[in-house]
Amino acid sequence: MTQRTPAAPQDDLANTTQIGVLSSEERANPIAAIASFMEKTFTIVWLEVRKIRHDPTDIITRAVQPALWLLIFGEVFTRIRAIPTGGESYLDFMAPGILAQSVLFIAIFSGIAIIWERDLGIIHKFLTSPTPRGALVLGKGLAAGVRGLAQALIVYVLALLLGVHMNWNPLALLGVVIIVMLGATCFATFSLIIACLVKTRERFMGIGQVLTMPLFFASNAIYPIAIMPTWLQVIAVCNPLTYEVYALRSLMLAGGTITSGLIVDFAVMLVTAIVLVIIGAKLYPRVAM
Amino acid sequence: MQKQPIVEVRDLVKLFGEHAVVDHVSFAVEPGEVFGLLGPNGAGKSTTIKILTTLLPPTSGYAAVVGFDVTKQPMPVRRRIGYVPQALSADGNLTGYENLLVFARLYDLPREERVPKAHEALKFMGLQDAADKLVRNYSGGMIRRLEVAQAMLHQPEVLFLDEPTVGLDPVARKAVWEHLEQLRKQSGMTIFLTTHYMEEADSLCDRVAIMHLGKIMAIGSPVELKASIGGDETTLDDVFTHYTGNMLESGGSYRDTAHTRRTARRLG
Repeated sequence: MTQRTPAAPQDDLANTTQIGVLSSEERANPIAAIASFMEKTFTIVWLEVRKIRHDPTDIITRAVQPALWLLIFGEVFTRIRAIPTGGESYLDFMAPGILAQSVLFIAIFSGIAIIWERDLGIIHKFLTSPTPRGALVLGKGLAAGVRGLAQALIVYVLALLLGVHMNWNPLALLGVVIIVMLGATCFATFSLIIACLVKTRERFMGIGQVLTMPLFFASNAIYPIAIMPTWLQVIAVCNPLTYEVYALRSLMLAGGTITSGLIVDFAVMLVTAIVLVIIGAKLYPRVAM
Repeated sequence: MQKQPIVEVRDLVKLFGEHAVVDHVSFAVEPGEVFGLLGPNGAGKSTTIKILTTLLPPTSGYAAVVGFDVTKQPMPVRRRIGYVPQALSADGNLTGYENLLVFARLYDLPREERVPKAHEALKFMGLQDAADKLVRNYSGGMIRRLEVAQAMLHQPEVLFLDEPTVGLDPVARKAVWEHLEQLRKQSGMTIFLTTHYMEEADSLCDRVAIMHLGKIMAIGSPVELKASIGGDETTLDDVFTHYTGNMLESGGSYRDTAHTRRTARRLG
């Protein structure tokens, strides 16, 4: 092998920051920087997708939970008509909530893989490569989104079997894909942040359990916010999952309409994801220390 | 004119709480050298290598790799180094080839070079037949060679190896050494390694620094170090014992021990 000529040293010299989402060398040339950032992000997604393809058992066992919720909880509650859904059947009301829930569950425990990879030494190798920390974090988040899409497929099949009135408009389906990816990125990055802070598997599992239930129940996933006591309504309005469910409900169900509300839902989730990725990128190098 | 050192460390300090893990360390590595940092567990070797590879910020002092300050200019440093961590760093759920391709992309290898370079690196490390096997089915020695292949893919100017042969059986260890030797001969790459195997240091390194309790106790070529304490048939073991007071077993926390054992088991 021959000695390599150093690549673009003039760019390198401008770099003085370690932890930013984009390094300063990249701020100097924003378009190339964004292209490089996206390419690195997709490399991380590619790697995670290859892992799923080598061992898809996780994806398959994860299908059990939404199936149980829809088949048992959904079938029972749709008969007792206890929950005011505004005219639609409870199963219809609930199906988007269950999709949001299964994406949440997949994403919120993805941080444990980071602790595992830290213990192995894999993370150290990524952190010594010239990859923006933000790309490593966002890549992990989007990879959780790919797992979330597998859940969406399962929920759609179940919904079809149960006779839920779905919206099959291709644009609406595309919207569901985007919302699932965005929701998974939010919660996977949140999970990554927790992993960076607690650093051990045992503590992470404890905290993961403590957070998942409130996130799920203090949202509109399986009942409308309107029937909650005021204090819980406040929490639900601050919960990103609520916006994910709102968005999914208007995109997944037949008769759902694209309203300005959908734009608000999307914007809330996008801003949450961006803020979390920035925080994650700052904390990620701490895992290896 | 004197050659610019490729790795330069001046008065480096790393405190964990009150405890100085790296305690006012200074040394320089010349281009093309194989430099060994020798010491018992807990001597500060891994911490030093983590600072040099931009993973850990030093508390004070100066460290530069290929002329770039590791704290102020980490990106250019990262582009020019390869790193094989002590723990297992290849992903067991990917094939050997996929492991390489990921890093070919992350290190910005030109698109058309990625696939040929990945195959070339696999071949160089004697892994071409295992390229499409999942790494979790590799032997310990194969994983280590794959990790070296990952780290040399972008032809770094300095290759950092943290305890490259820990937990390997003698045959696998020898294979790793031979590959490193060959790599150095062919590429002229500077190799910086840490080890606590005296034999490894003696056979691989041009120069070694003996580190103990965060300080550099002695530095020089194996021959010089042996001469420095005199006596006939002095081995590097004797040198080591002389400078560290037979503390080969000292140091290393519960976590370090668990970590080393786990790594050893997985590699074994």
